Amino acid sequence: MNRRELIASVAAIATVSLASPVWAQDEPLKVGFIYVGPVGDGGWTYQHDLGRQAIEAEFGDRVETTFIESVPEGADAERALTQLALAGNKLIFATSFGFMDATVNVAAKFPDIKFEHATGYKRSENLSTYDARFYEGRAVMGTIAGRMTTSNKIGYIGSFPIPEVIQGINSSFIHARKVNPDVDMRVVWAYSWFDPAKEADAAAALIAEGVDVILQHTDSTAPLAKAQEAGAIGFGQASDMANFKPSPRVSSIIDNWAPYYIERVGAVLDGTWESKGTWAGIGDGEVEIGEITDAVPAEVKAEAEALRDQIGSGAYHPFTGPLKKQDGSDWLAEGQVATDEELSGMNFFVEGITAQIPK
Amino acid sequence: MIDLSTFLPILMAASTPILFAALGEMVTERTGVLNLGVEGMMIVGALAGFAMAVATGSPVLGFVAAAVAGAAVSMVFALLTQYLLANQVASGLALTLFGLGLAALFGKTYEGVKAPAMASGPLGLNWVIWLGLLAVPVIWWFLNRTRPGLILRGVGENHDAAHGLGHPVRRVRIMAIAFGGAMAGIGGAFISIAIVLQWTEGMTAGAGWIALAIVVFSNWTAPGVLAGAWLFGGVTALQLQLQAGGANVPVQLLSMAPYLATILVLVVISALQKYSRRAGLGAPGSLGQNFHALR
Repeated sequence: MNRRELIASVAAIATVSLASPVWAQDEPLKVGFIYVGPVGDGGWTYQHDLGRQAIEAEFGDRVETTFIESVPEGADAERALTQLALAGNKLIFATSFGFMDATVNVAAKFPDIKFEHATGYKRSENLSTYDARFYEGRAVMGTIAGRMTTSNKIGYIGSFPIPEVIQGINSSFIHARKVNPDVDMRVVWAYSWFDPAKEADAAAALIAEGVDVILQHTDSTAPLAKAQEAGAIGFGQASDMANFKPSPRVSSIIDNWAPYYIERVGAVLDGTWESKGTWAGIGDGEVEIGEITDAVPAEVKAEAEALRDQIGSGAYHPFTGPLKKQDGSDWLAEGQVATDEELSGMNFFVEGITAQIPK
Repeated sequence: MIDLSTFLPILMAASTPILFAALGEMVTERTGVLNLGVEGMMIVGALAGFAMAVATGSPVLGFVAAAVAGAAVSMVFALLTQYLLANQVASGLALTLFGLGLAALFGKTYEGVKAPAMASGPLGLNWVIWLGLLAVPVIWWFLNRTRPGLILRGVGENHDAAHGLGHPVRRVRIMAIAFGGAMAGIGGAFISIAIVLQWTEGMTAGAGWIALAIVVFSNWTAPGVLAGAWLFGGVTALQLQLQAGGANVPVQLLSMAPYLATILVLVVISALQKYSRRAGLGAPGSLGQNFHALR
């Protein structure tokens, strides 16, 4: 194919995708995904890919899915999204916070293609956002952590200081303190979603400081491997990480994207798709708590499961007052519950955490 | 605030993969060959070493397999650049991409598998860490005090002159490329077998590129490579340890520091080029240039 033909065919594909707003039912709906890590990360991206497979299982011949993995956050994301758009995908999922601006830009260029961006907050006519209330799961993990620590030091490996991660740190800490007033939390920022060697080093640094329960908001299983070596415990993150059962992985937060993905693909197929923001949690089945193993005493397990059910039924919100901010100023009064706006822009630690959020 | 007895082991472990890879690349570059495929060779070594360690239950055999695999993929680069005279920069980048893809493909069956435990050596440190430290004086001695070492450097400084003196330029370079591949393979395997204890795709996460920066920082000397590896590894370990200790450190500044130092070294070397060349400092004269005997 010479250059002129190539340009012509690219233009043709672009024209076709721009000029056919109504979905023809006879050929399969093409659905594209971009992932921030490799499918085999065993965590975040792995779960999104399970969601993609669930779409194929649900709709069979009516859909055709493709994905591009390990897409760096930044300019490359824009190229990958454009590539998916030009390849005829009618619904495109961008599955990392850092893809936000790239997705906004590409969505503006392809008004007839529907975009879905995970964990972001910028929406438009053809761009929806969806997120999971991970902090609900963190509350359960925090409870187990507070009960299980013997050194009264728990550690948290954060990825980037963004609201989603800060919510998790605050929620874990609040609930660890609730069951164990002496607990102290150490926070280490890895500045990466996926860097197994660095995550392992971060876990080693925490363990050297006397931490014996490690929570993580990074995507690899490396911190669990390190915890196992040192006799500490930890939790599966994003995925069940069942290989590390029964210890060091004593429980896990599982992101179950399948119901949402199936719902959205279904909406495109029957023409009811519209742009919206979704934030689902334990009650919707989007956040699941993985099996709590026998390494945890029965009463702690029961306590954690009770909390999970209370959150799931809506009877309890993990951010319920009285709560103060780190600087000692009042945040939530007795019985007051944090609003979604407050949570989605959360940029402060709660009272009692000694670490500072990097500026 | 920082306990040296806990910090030093973390520093040594964090710097070992880049120490191996950078030592290997330094020797390769000393023969005038710029191999940008370090990352690719590391990841292949990480997978091969892990696979062998799992299959045999022996981490030692794992490291041997990693060295062999690293050297084997580096031969692709050797074939391209030494026989087909392809551009070294492009071939090296291709090797990195090839290695990442190859390891990802064959690594699928090893996801979620755990590595066999390693016996720790003296002072509770893994014996591979000691091997890395030992390699520094050995390589220094080889390059500066032995005849083959001087020939190797001669080939890198001026391949035409070395050829004129009857030295086998191509053979020396191929051996150095294989050595660099083997060292990168061991460095990669250290990540999968000793640090992370499992295989995950893309697990070297840019360590190979850091190794390349360290070679420049080291001014192409073995002790310099050690200093660079400890600086890069040390800063990573230090900032994590400071954070875990509850100190509020400007993480971004610390992470930036080794790269700033590398740029500074480059600036100084080129600013003082007249003096540094006389003192035997700076990049090898034929670095990155292909050699053809008939030219």
